[in-house]
Formats: sequence, structure tokens, C-alpha cells
Amino acid sequence: MKLLMLGWELPPHNSGGLGVACFQMAKALADEGADIDFVLPYKADHSEADKFMNVISASDVPPAVDENGNYIAMGAYSGNCIWCGGDRKCRHARAYGKGFVAATHQYADKVENMVRHDNMQPSIIHAHDWLTMEAGVRAKSVTGSPLVVHVHATEFDRAGGHSGNPLIHDIEYFGMQAADRIFAVSQITKDIIVSNYGIPADKIEVVHNSIDPNELSHVSLETDNYLYIKKMQQLGYKIVVNIGRLTVQKGLSYLVEAAALAISKNPKLIFVISGSGELRDQLIELAADLGISDRVIFTGFIRGIRFRELYEIADMFVMPSISEPFGLTPLEAAYYDTAILLSKTCGVGEVLNNVLRFDYWDTRKLADQIVGVSLSPALHLSLVEGVKAEYLNCNWGDVARKLLGQYNRVIANHKRSRRSGHKKEVKSRG
Amino acid sequence: MAKSIQLYLHVHQPWRIREYTAFDTGADHNYFTAAPHSGTNNASILRKVANKSYLPTNRILLELLKKYPDFKLSISITGTFIEQCEQYMPELLDSFRELVQTGRVEVIGETYYHSLAFFYNRAEFDRQVALHAEKIQEIFGVTPTAFRNTELAYNNDLGKWADIHGYKAVLAEGWDKVLGWRSPNYVYQPTNSSTTRLLLKNYKLSDDVAFRFSNRGWSEYPLTVDKYVKWLDEADGDLVNLFIDYETFGEHQWADTGIFDFLKALPKAWLDKKGHKFMTITEAAESAEPADALDVPYTTTWADSERDLSAWLGNRMQQEASHYIYSLAPSVMATGDINIIGDWRRLTTSDHVYYMSTKYWNDGDVHAYFSPYKSPYDAFLVYMNVLRDLRYRIIENRQQNQQH
Repeated sequence: MKLLMLGWELPPHNSGGLGVACFQMAKALADEGADIDFVLPYKADHSEADKFMNVISASDVPPAVDENGNYIAMGAYSGNCIWCGGDRKCRHARAYGKGFVAATHQYADKVENMVRHDNMQPSIIHAHDWLTMEAGVRAKSVTGSPLVVHVHATEFDRAGGHSGNPLIHDIEYFGMQAADRIFAVSQITKDIIVSNYGIPADKIEVVHNSIDPNELSHVSLETDNYLYIKKMQQLGYKIVVNIGRLTVQKGLSYLVEAAALAISKNPKLIFVISGSGELRDQLIELAADLGISDRVIFTGFIRGIRFRELYEIADMFVMPSISEPFGLTPLEAAYYDTAILLSKTCGVGEVLNNVLRFDYWDTRKLADQIVGVSLSPALHLSLVEGVKAEYLNCNWGDVARKLLGQYNRVIANHKRSRRSGHKKEVKSRG
Repeated sequence: MAKSIQLYLHVHQPWRIREYTAFDTGADHNYFTAAPHSGTNNASILRKVANKSYLPTNRILLELLKKYPDFKLSISITGTFIEQCEQYMPELLDSFRELVQTGRVEVIGETYYHSLAFFYNRAEFDRQVALHAEKIQEIFGVTPTAFRNTELAYNNDLGKWADIHGYKAVLAEGWDKVLGWRSPNYVYQPTNSSTTRLLLKNYKLSDDVAFRFSNRGWSEYPLTVDKYVKWLDEADGDLVNLFIDYETFGEHQWADTGIFDFLKALPKAWLDKKGHKFMTITEAAESAEPADALDVPYTTTWADSERDLSAWLGNRMQQEASHYIYSLAPSVMATGDINIIGDWRRLTTSDHVYYMSTKYWNDGDVHAYFSPYKSPYDAFLVYMNVLRDLRYRIIENRQQNQQH
């Protein structure tokens, strides 16, 4: 099967989970025999991805880097600019043309030209998120191949309870309308697509993300990282971790508020908030207002061994997202023997059962759960063991096989509708 | 009528914390030595300010002292500044020593670490004042007889404290809300004190030089020596107390504003008129009976238009940081480890919390100008990371002692 996949980022130049999900998905599809052309909006070395698919750069622009030298690809997530928190018209965005929306138009131009010039005939076009939807629609009109759009997050999710950018809504709506089928990363996301975009439910298939158990590995704790936290752990402190972007969507202010409540019941708690984003200063101020600055450690953006080791030392991993279409980090945390606490609006909760759930706004409930886990070794252990077993059942191969089944169905429907469309045409002529 | 100027200049540099991350906590106990080209490198900041301000100013002052036997002034130098001179620029310390050796430069006492310990830990405050006095004796061979608290922070308690400790004078802001109808240009007495005198900064005439000198939007710009001497002469009272940051000369007001020429010309222009003189702070305190006892029930400082501590303790981050650092005091002292205690004391320097100020932060004005950090939030995170490292060392120290 010849697959034209349109993506916005791949590791190691990714800004977050989108790139990881695309990479793993494509790899699993390739393992199942798919022949994949993967188009990126920037140019970089992708030696890992090159091993199993054909990575194409739609431009010569290098992937963006934030002020700390971390890759953030083309800012896949940015409702706002990653560097300055401003809108898409800031000077950083201008470096990529006239803002992020304009960058998606440019990407679409390039994809359309490429498809036409190379006379590409993919069996199916698979476009990831709003950023590539226009490109997907235009590639479909040139090639006549069926289009699947994969919704990893909607603009409603990124806006964290607000309505977000109407221009992006339009692009999403247009892409979903034009698609032959829509993949949603969770039932939560499917429900949003049905209720907020008016798409019929039977056009949407829930395809949960997964994780490759072989991708992760334990790290030695003999490093110089987190020495303070390890020391406090020896003294009986429990470590509560969140890793993610510091944006409205992620609901971290609720975690900080819950932290203050939890600490008032069990003082031996330390919270580690890892990541960067425009909400950092507000969260710092909130922790100070609540008088718990000492117990809330901000590490900034982390990668590699520091990233894995943070999971390793965590006793609890909390994801308090207001809106989390899927959420990969709890799955990763599960591997590292960590108790998982998820807000009810996290898609990953649909595949994990041995977790504690709370409404993101219910800080008392969250605090209660944190205190409960921190004081009960039995509860902690059963959560850890239960979720580990679920984690071990995860694999991207199942996802790839599901996708292939969906592709075949879409292709068959597409052919049928073309044939019947053709017949109708003939009949009307007659 | 006899009239005297008390020129008092304040010299200070903090031990700025390098860009200390959450990953340094527990792993690296070096807080104050940054990479060579970093914005928080204390050595390079000291050299920069020395070349722009301290060295040229000291040359001019020494010249003036040699030329005009009636020229006198007072200075205060923090312990953290002296430490940095000893470590990075001994020749800078020599240039201050030359001034003091003329016998006409009084050295004022203060806290060694330029801290706000007076408001948090009185025992620690006493120790830091004593440490400063010892250091001044060691470097300059003199013992301070007048006192200024960090940022000129003053209230009745400080007046009483200075009285008990035998200081002849203590300095404060001549703030209208405290003075009421009274003039700052007289000797005062702190309420409830017997021998200590209070000398008050004439903030208008001080700030004409310190803040407005180069302001082209100021209706009196440019400020000539003649005009300024006329204002000094017209001021009521016997004394004009000009309390100014040392760095005004060459750093806050750059050389091209003409500030050095102004300084050079001022003593002669003032002394030319009969009855005009210069006095040191202690001389001024002893020159007249107090005009009144001054009641200052709340704390005043020489900072911002509020003249309070809000630039240091105005937001919750600053309050948290201060709370944590001072609450560590007993366990820091219990280690008996001079490195831990020394680092802790350096962290009591008020500049650290000043960098966390969000007052006017968005305007990017004077607060932002003086901060080596990207934002008040970064300053706070760096400080908290260091503070946790200090706690880590305290725990290690305790565990080691238990083993032995």
C-alpha cells in the first residue's frame, strides 16, 4: 500500500507528542508492509525515520529552536508563539512566512506542487492535524486518492476551554468535511468533532495512540540529576510529577492549587513541574501566593536521560489537563512504576483502567487522591502494578493493523463511489 | 550663616547568583561564580563598574581632598563589595584606602552582607554589623561611629538599637510623611534615644544629582554647578545631607553627561562662600543639639516613590524567598560549617529579592535595569534552586555528623 503521510514534525525535532505519535505510527505501518512518503514542512536529518520510510522536506527551512536550544519543529502546538507567547504575527512566526496559518498554506502549496510534479498516485493520503489538512485536501483533488484526516487535537483543546482561533476552526472544519474518513485519538476527541464541528459520528473512527514497550528503558539512579529530590525521598517525601507544556490546556494551575491542599494534609510532598510555556510565570506566582514555592520545583524543558529519570524518581504522575485528546506521558510514566492520576478529560484514560480519575477543576478531590496515594503503600503498589500490566499490553502493531483495515475500507468505498459516480454521469448524459 | 554639606556615598556590589538550574541543586554548590561571559559574572561586572565609576570617581575625590583641605565626605562600603575587590580587583580597594587615609573620609557602619536581617533576625543582624565593623577595621584601620541600615531602612526600633550600641549617628530618608512640617536640614534625635542623632537625607537635592542630572526632560536641565550651589545655599537649616549611591558617578550618570566635571567643580564652588563647609556624618551629628525627636513608627527607605520596602518585599515571591532564607538560619548555624554559613549569608543580600520585584517590571525601568536576570520569575527560580541546595548541604552535614 502506497501511503502519502502529511505531518508537521518528527523526532528529534519535535515540540511534543504529535511528532512522537506520527513517528511510531508510521514505523508500525511500515512494519506491516506499508510504503510511506512522509512530508515535513522543514528540512533536517531524519536518519531514524529514513530507515523505514521516505521522508520528504517541503522546504529548505530548518526546524525552529527555542531560546534554550531545544527543537520545537514548526511549533505544531502553538496557539501562541512558543518563544514570546505572542500571537502568530510575532517576529518569530514571521521567520516562517506570515505566521503559522500562512505557513500551513505554504506547506499546502509545496505538497500540491510536489504531488503534481511527481505525478504521485498514493493509495491513500493521511494528514495529521489542522496544520496539514489543507495540504491533504489539495493533494486529494490533484491525485483523486482518498483522504484521511487524523485529529490529534482540535483548536478547542488547544484553547483550553476557550473557543480559540476561528481561522483554525475553519481549516479544521474544511479538512474534516473534505476527508473520506476521520481518525480521532480518543472518544473524547470524537465527541468534540461531532458536537463542535457537526461531523456525523459514523464518519469518525477512534484510533487510540499507543506506546512501544521496547522504546523505553530504565536509567541508573547513580546520576547527578535530581540529587535534592532523591535526598528528600530518602527522608520520606513523595514526589509528584507532571511533564508537559505549560499552557492553559494542561490545567496545571489546578495541580498547584491541589498541591497546596495536599501539603496541608501531608507535608512530605514535593511537586515537580517540568516543561516550558507561556504559563510558567503565572504558575510560579500561584505557588508563591499559596506559600508552597519551596515544594514546587520548575525544571524547565527536559529531554533524554533527565526526562526518563524524572519518571524514574516519580512516585505519582498527575495529568490535570482541561483538555487532553490523548496524552502520551501517562503511558510512559506507567512503564517507570509510577501511580497515575488523570483528569476525566484525558483521552489516555480510555485505555488505562488502573488509574485515579478526577474532574480537572476538582482540586479537593485531586488533593485527596495525592494524599491517599502518598500515605498508602498498598494503594500505591496496586496502582503501579495494575497500570504496568496494562502498559505491557500496549503496542503500535495493533494500531497499525487497525489503520490498515480502515484504509482498505476507505479505499473500497472510494472506488465504489467513484464507479457509481461515473455511472450516474453516463446515465445523465444518456 | 554657617552651613555644611554632608556628602555621603554608598558603595555596594552583591554576589549575584549564576544561572543556577534545578539540575545544579544537590550537584554543584558553586552559586556565585558564573561563566566568564555570563551576565551574572561578578568579576566582569565589578571590573566594568570600576572602570566606569569607582576608579575615576576615586581619582577625582582624592584630587579634591588634596586640593581642598576643607573638603570632607563619608562613605559606606559593604562586606560583599570588599570581598569582591579582594578577589578580583585589589587595586580598587587600595584606591578607597587612599581616600580614607586622608583622615577626612568617614566610613559608615552597616550590615556586612547588605541584608534586611534587621527585620527578620536581630541576632543575625548584630552579627553582620559586627562582621562589617571588623572588616572595616582590618581594611581601613577605623571603626564606624555612624550607622546606615540597608537601603536606608529606618524605624524607631533601629534608632533605639543604634542608641544602645553607642552609635553617634544613624542615617535615614528625610521623607515628608515622617517629617511633616519639619525640614531635613537639621540634626534630629530618634524618639526614645539618648545619645544617637538622626541625619536625614535631603532627597530633593540628592536626587537632583543622582536621578535628574542627565534628564533632558527636566525643566532645570542642564544642572550647572552654579545653579546647584545656589539651591544648596538657599536651602533652610544648617545642614544639607546629600546621600547618594556611589555608582551615580559614571554608571547611573555616564561620563558623557558631565557628571565628573560637576563633581570636580562642586567643592570649590561651595567653599568659595564664607561660612560654607563640609562635614562628615559624625561631625555633623555632634555639631548641634537636636532640633527635635523624630517618631518613625513604620519603616522608611530611600527607594522608589513609596519610600518603603515594597521593592524588596512587595510581592509573594519576595516574601516567600525571604521567609525561606531566614527560616533556614538555625539549621545553617547548627552545621558550624563556615562555607555553608558564608553562602547562606551571601544569600541574605537584599539585591537577590530586589531582582524578583515585579513593580514596574513591565515598564522595564530602574528595577529591570539593575537585574542580571531575564525576568523576576527567573531570579526567583534561581534563588529557590540555590536555597534547596543549601538545605541539601545541611542535611548531608547532619547525616555525616551522625555517622561520626
